[in-house]
Amino acid sequence: MSNKQAELTSGKLTLAWEKRQLPSPWLSVAIPIFSVFMALFLSGAFLAATGFNPLEIYGAMLDGAFGSAYGISETLVKAIPLALAGLGVALAFRMLLWNIGAEGQFYMGAFAASWVALTFPDLPTQIMLPAMFLAGALAGGLWALIPAIPRAVLGVNETITTLMLNYVAILWVDYLVYGPWRDPAGFNFPLTAPFSAAAQLPVYGTTRVHFGLIFALVGAVIIYIVLQRTKWGYEIRVIGENQAAARYAGMSITKNIMLVMFLSGGFAGLAGMSEVSGITHRLQHGISSGYGYTAIIVAWLSKLNPFMIIVVAFLLGGLLVGGYNTQTMGVPSATVSMIQGAILFFLLGGELLTRYRIYFTRKGENS
Amino acid sequence: MKKHQVMVEMKKITKSFSGNLANDKVDFIARCGEVHALLGENGAGKSTLMSALTGLYRPDSGEIRLRDKTIELKSPRDAIEHGIGMVHQHFKLVKPFTVTENIALGASTTPFLLNMDKVEAEIVSLAEKYGMKVDPRAKVWQLSVGEQQRVEIIKMLYRGAEILILDEPTAVLTPQEVDDLFETLGQMANAGCAVIFITHKFKEVMAGSDTITVLRNGQNVATVKTSETDQNKLAHLMVGREMTAKPLEKKGQPGEVVLKLDEVEAFNDKGMLALQSISTEIRAGEILGIAGVAGNGQRELAEIVTGLRETSAGKIIILGEDYTDRSPKEYISAGVAHVPEDRLGTGLVPNLNAVDNILLKNYRNHRGHFLDLKESRKLAEKMVEDFQIKLSSIDDPIKLMSGGNLQKMLLAREFHSEPKLIVTVYPVRGLDIGATRAVRQLLLEQREQGAAILLISEDLDELMELADKIAVMYEGEIMDILPPTYDNLETIGLLMAGSKCEEVGV
Repeated sequence: MSNKQAELTSGKLTLAWEKRQLPSPWLSVAIPIFSVFMALFLSGAFLAATGFNPLEIYGAMLDGAFGSAYGISETLVKAIPLALAGLGVALAFRMLLWNIGAEGQFYMGAFAASWVALTFPDLPTQIMLPAMFLAGALAGGLWALIPAIPRAVLGVNETITTLMLNYVAILWVDYLVYGPWRDPAGFNFPLTAPFSAAAQLPVYGTTRVHFGLIFALVGAVIIYIVLQRTKWGYEIRVIGENQAAARYAGMSITKNIMLVMFLSGGFAGLAGMSEVSGITHRLQHGISSGYGYTAIIVAWLSKLNPFMIIVVAFLLGGLLVGGYNTQTMGVPSATVSMIQGAILFFLLGGELLTRYRIYFTRKGENS
Repeated sequence: MKKHQVMVEMKKITKSFSGNLANDKVDFIARCGEVHALLGENGAGKSTLMSALTGLYRPDSGEIRLRDKTIELKSPRDAIEHGIGMVHQHFKLVKPFTVTENIALGASTTPFLLNMDKVEAEIVSLAEKYGMKVDPRAKVWQLSVGEQQRVEIIKMLYRGAEILILDEPTAVLTPQEVDDLFETLGQMANAGCAVIFITHKFKEVMAGSDTITVLRNGQNVATVKTSETDQNKLAHLMVGREMTAKPLEKKGQPGEVVLKLDEVEAFNDKGMLALQSISTEIRAGEILGIAGVAGNGQRELAEIVTGLRETSAGKIIILGEDYTDRSPKEYISAGVAHVPEDRLGTGLVPNLNAVDNILLKNYRNHRGHFLDLKESRKLAEKMVEDFQIKLSSIDDPIKLMSGGNLQKMLLAREFHSEPKLIVTVYPVRGLDIGATRAVRQLLLEQREQGAAILLISEDLDELMELADKIAVMYEGEIMDILPPTYDNLETIGLLMAGSKCEEVGV
C-alpha cells in the first residue's frame, strides 16, 4: 500500500445527497413504517428515562385503542371528526390553500347546528337532522369563505387569516355557553341545554359510534370521484399543481379558491355538527379537543388521498384513545401529545429520504 | 499553468437515471488555454457529464482527475473550491440585489463583515481583464440577459474558477452579443483558464471553440480540433447519420386577416411599459416572425394575444371581432392556440400524466360535469402515435419525458382543435435536430391549413426559413417589418440592438 492510498482511505467520512427523479415506490411504504418505529423508540427512551416501561405503556395504548370492541368503538368516535375535518383540510391543501382554520370552522359548524337544535326543538327528526347538517356545513363553509375572499381577490395570506379566525370562533362559542345560551339547569357549567332527542344522530348499537361515520366515508368517496372524474375536480388538480398552466388553460383561479375553501370549511363544519349532534348532544366549552389542528396532520400524513385520510384518522384516533388508557397508569397526557409530535416529526423527516438519495463518501476518496 | 497542459480529465464516467444510461464510459479532457465545445443533441448526455464535473450528480463509476489528482465532488460548492465553476442556462441571481452583492453572495472568501468597495474594485478589474462591460452598482433586474450572463461569469471568476463551464450560453444572446461572448471566452483561455461550453449549434462551435467533443447517446464519439473539422463532419458525428438537408417547403396563399393589433400597449409584471403602440396584422396561412433579444416585449406580446395579460391601450381584433381584454377562456374558444415559452412551467403540468395534460385545453368540451376518461385516453394514445411521441407510459407523470417529446405533445394538443391563430414562443428552444425539424414541419403544415401564426423566435435562421415577414422588436416596439431574406440579416441584427432604420441606412 502506497502512502497515497493510505492517505485516501483515512479521509473524513461525510454524508452527501442527490435528488431522485421519482420517489422510490417501495421506500415510500417502508420509510413511514420505519419512521413510526423510530418515533416510538425515541419516545420509549423518554418514557424509560421518566421511570416507565415503554413496552408496557405501548402495550396498554395498543390494547386501549384496538384491543377490545369498546376500544375500537371509542377510536372510531375520535376518528370521525378527524376524518371529516381532514377531508376538508386536504381539499384546500390540494390547491395549495393553507387552511389552518379547520378548528374554527368546526366550532362554527357546531354553533350553527346547535342553533337549529335549540331554536326549533320540536322539529321532527327527518327535518331536524338535515337542517342541522346543512346549517353546520354552511356555517363552516362561510367561516372559511371570510379568509378565502381576500385571498382570492387580493392575495392576502390565508395561513394567518384562517388561524386567527379560529380564536374568534372559539371565543364566540365560549361567549354563548358562558352567557346567553348557558343551561339554567346546568349548575353554572359552560354548556347549553341538551338537545331534544330529534336532534341526536343515530348511533350503532350501544356504542357512541354515530352516523357521522357515514358522512366521513361517503365524503371520502365523493371527494375522490369529484377530483378524479369531474371537470371541476380536474381544474382543482391542475390549479394545485401548476397555477400558470391553469391560467393558460383559461381556468378561473379566483372562483376556484373561493369554492374550494367553502367546501373545505364545510367539511370541518360538518365535523362540528356531528360532534354536537352525535356525541355531546349540546354545545359546550372546548367542544373540539384540537380536532381541527390534528386534521392538518391527518391530511398531511395521508398525502391528501381521501381514502388514506380515513385510515390515518382511525390510527390517530387510536393514538388518542390509547393515550387516555395510559393515563390510568400514571403517564401524563402530555406524553401522548409528545408521541404524536414525535411520529409526525419522524414521518416528515423520513419523507426526505423518499425524494433524495443519501450516501456516505470519504473526502478525497476514489469512488 | 502552462498552455495545453491537461487541467481536468474525466475517465470512463458512467451515470444512469432509473435504468437509462445518460453517460456511458465517457472520457473527456479539458486543457488550459483552450475553449472546448461540448456538442451533442438533446439527451446526448452533455449536461449530465458537466453536472458530474460540478458536483451536482455523482457518477456511478469513473474518475475525475484535476491537475493529475483524483478528486471527488459532492456539491457545486465543492467544485468551486476546486476551481470549477458553472454558468447555468437559467441564471442563479438575486434580482433585487446589485451586481456586487450578487457576486459577494455565497463566495467563500466573503467575510462576515462586508467590504463592498473591495469586492467592487475586484469586479471592475476582472471585468476589464476579460473585456466585459458591467456596472457593479446596477441592480440585476435592470440588466439585459446578456449582461446578467456576464455577471454570472464574473461571479465564477471572482470565486476563483479556472475551469469555466457554460450551459448553452448563446441561447439568449443577439448575434453581436454572441461575438462578444466568444471574444471574452477566448481571452479567458489565453489567461490560462479551461473554458467549456455546451451547445448543439454547429455555427457557434466553429466560431467559438478550439477543440470539440461530440457526445451521442451518452458516449464520446469524437474529440477533434476545430481547425481540422467542418460543420458537415460534425453533423454526421452528432446525429450518427447523414443529414437530409432538404429545405422545408412553404405552400399556399395568405387569406383573410385573422389577427389585427391596433396601437396596443401593455405593462410588464414590474409595472413598466413593455409594449408600445404595436400595430400589425397576420393573415390566414401566414407566419409573422418576431425577431428580438429576449426580454424586449416578446413575452408580453404573446400574453396579450392569448388573453393572459391585460392591455393598457389599443385594440386586439380576431377575425373581425374585438377581443381586447377578454379572458383566456374566450381566446381559447375563438381558436387561439398557444405554445408558450416555458413549456413545463406554463403549457403543461409536470406532475400529471399525458392523458391529463392532453385534456388541458378541451376538457370543457366534454358533456355534462364528468370527464370522458375513455375518450381522453383514446385521444392521448392517438396523439402519441400520430406525433411519434416517445414516453414510457401515458400514465406516468410527464416530467419524465424529454424536452422534444414534451414539445411534440404540446403541439399535438394545441393543433388538435384546428386553431385559427397560433401563438408560438421559442418553439424549438432546447430541442435536438430531429425534434426541431419535426416542430418546424408541423408549423408549416398548420400554415398550409390556413392558420395565422405568430412565431416568436431567437433564431434568425429559423425565421428566415419559416416566416413570411419578420418584425423586429426592441424595448417593446416593432422597429420595422422586413421580408425574410439573408440580405436583411445585418439590418435585423442592428434593429435588434436598437438602431433605427435611418441610422442603419435602409
